[in-house]
Amino acid sequence: MSEASNAPQPDTKALVDIYRRMVRIERNDDAILSTIRKGRLQMPYYSARGQEVIPATVSHFLTDEDQICTIYRGIQDMVAKDMPLKPLWAEIAGRVDGTCKGKGGPMHLTHPETGVMVTTGIVGSSMPIANGLAWAAQLDGSKRVVIAYFGDGASNIGAFHEAMNLAGLWKLPVIFVCPNNRYAEHTSFEKGTAVDKISKRAVGYGMPGFTIDGNDPFEMYAHVATAIDRARAGEGPTLLECNTFRFMGHVLGDDMKYMPEGELAKAKENDPLPAFRQKLLDDGHATEAQLEEMTQQIEQEVAAAREFGMASEVPSADELRRDVFEQEMSA
Amino acid sequence: MSTTKMHAIQGVNAALHQAMTEDEKVLVLGEDIADPEGGGITGAAQGLSTKFGDRVRSTPISEQAIVGAAIGAAMAGYKPVAEIMLMNFTTVAMDMIFNHAAKLRFMSGGQTSVPIVIRTLTGAGWQTAGQHADHLEGWFAHAAGIKVVAPSSPADYKGLMLSCIQDPDPCIFIESAGTMFIPSEVDDDQGPIPLGKARIVQEGTDVTLVTWSSQCIRAQMALEGFAEAGVSVELIDLRTISPWDRETVLASAQKTGRVLIAHEAVRDFGPGAEIAATINEELFGKLKAPVRRLGAPKCPVPFAKALEDAYIVQPADMIAAVKGLMS
Repeated sequence: MSEASNAPQPDTKALVDIYRRMVRIERNDDAILSTIRKGRLQMPYYSARGQEVIPATVSHFLTDEDQICTIYRGIQDMVAKDMPLKPLWAEIAGRVDGTCKGKGGPMHLTHPETGVMVTTGIVGSSMPIANGLAWAAQLDGSKRVVIAYFGDGASNIGAFHEAMNLAGLWKLPVIFVCPNNRYAEHTSFEKGTAVDKISKRAVGYGMPGFTIDGNDPFEMYAHVATAIDRARAGEGPTLLECNTFRFMGHVLGDDMKYMPEGELAKAKENDPLPAFRQKLLDDGHATEAQLEEMTQQIEQEVAAAREFGMASEVPSADELRRDVFEQEMSA
Repeated sequence: MSTTKMHAIQGVNAALHQAMTEDEKVLVLGEDIADPEGGGITGAAQGLSTKFGDRVRSTPISEQAIVGAAIGAAMAGYKPVAEIMLMNFTTVAMDMIFNHAAKLRFMSGGQTSVPIVIRTLTGAGWQTAGQHADHLEGWFAHAAGIKVVAPSSPADYKGLMLSCIQDPDPCIFIESAGTMFIPSEVDDDQGPIPLGKARIVQEGTDVTLVTWSSQCIRAQMALEGFAEAGVSVELIDLRTISPWDRETVLASAQKTGRVLIAHEAVRDFGPGAEIAATINEELFGKLKAPVRRLGAPKCPVPFAKALEDAYIVQPADMIAAVKGLMS
């Protein structure tokens, strides 16, 4: 882990906060996986295990006023942003107490109170809408910022280029955060992208772009701090390409046969979670007991959320007529 | 009451000026939309950027980015009116319109909403050929969560635009070239006209003719022919395609027992099929003749004038169809 000299540096409080958000993501992910495997949840699940540093560090800088638009592999982004877990679990279980009343599910989780504005199942579509939210912030004269999360595969779709151009042109307070997990579904980054770094594309849209080790909280911290300051100051957008790896493949059940042998094992050797934990202990930012207590608290929160979600009622068919328009449709 | 004679696009312009004056949350964006660029392809936005400054923004030719920006701003409390220059260009923004604008309210369980208006120009008759003239209202009417509006008169252009801007849900507002060259008097205080309500252009007793947009204009050109044929036609301008005014159409169909539906969109799988099916379901046994539909053939809009004339349902086609219903 690098600690560059002139860049913004996280203090102990920041580091522990980032770690807490990582654990919240990982423990929640683990609970979702085990609940699906027990047959108690039926849902398409796109685990982001291995990518925790990215949303944890970004979210460290965000308030509830700041907004995110994320994608189908985005549960980590909302968990990192401290979206309450009970309505999240009720939603992925398809129940009435879900944040979307069970009508959106895991790919469309929404929670405006914590700034989770859009979760899309369409590759690339988080970005044009994030621009609109950022445009509103600009017109309001607000300091709030908007994060558009998207994968490396999305950098090859038209919406990315249109949105990047408009954001650069209008100097919108939006940060384009791309966890580059090396695979777009089953196709490797090299086989799908004509440049070696997505960050190079920022040049074409009049904004700074950086390629970062997305598993390194220090490097992430420095770049996110700068990008957020820039956005809040009205200086415009930034593209952050955060290199990482997804440990569970594209979707749960993926056999990952398209990966060269040894690639996954090597990536797992760089699992950011135990590495960062050890760093916190080694550098005296936290004690074993503190981190253990933190983890237990999170596990209790996750367990309570799971229980709440699974106990919630299923929605009635009347819901098909509600929320299509503001006015309920007649039967 | 004072009135002003205006064209359809002047009705839109008046509505935009009024809405932006009354509500500072109304925004206008699109290609060439600001005054230095001409106020949009038809000039419907003329004067707005001069008067309202940064609330009116010309955009790059990026339809996904335009609609996406409108969606996001709407979710944050604004009421954006986006111009997509031509209806065929909505196809490159279809993901934003269909997967997002139309569905976010439902998918979020009502937590978010997308009160945007997408204004878009189309219509055959000007030799713009296969990619500049399609009437795609059926595409949008098939989607849940989006309202589809297609006026024909200048007063309706103004009143329905005011309603679309105020509406809490996304609206597609179709401005068809065939409606744009017949000026008429519009009340200076013309206010919002409710969405989902048809207008009876002419009352009649023998045949109900359901139309909208450019075909309502062509139907009015056929009125004399209907009279000469001795047929009393009740002409309905549907105005809103989705949700459509079933009550008015069914009441008229029940009265006349004969229905002709004429639209500029392709006939097969067009909105006329939905209307005809509903009439058959509700009024089976009470009709004097099967419901008839007139629409474009299942063929791209052609270039050659002779082909284009044959492609568009003409007033003479309506007169022949009405006579056929009576025989």
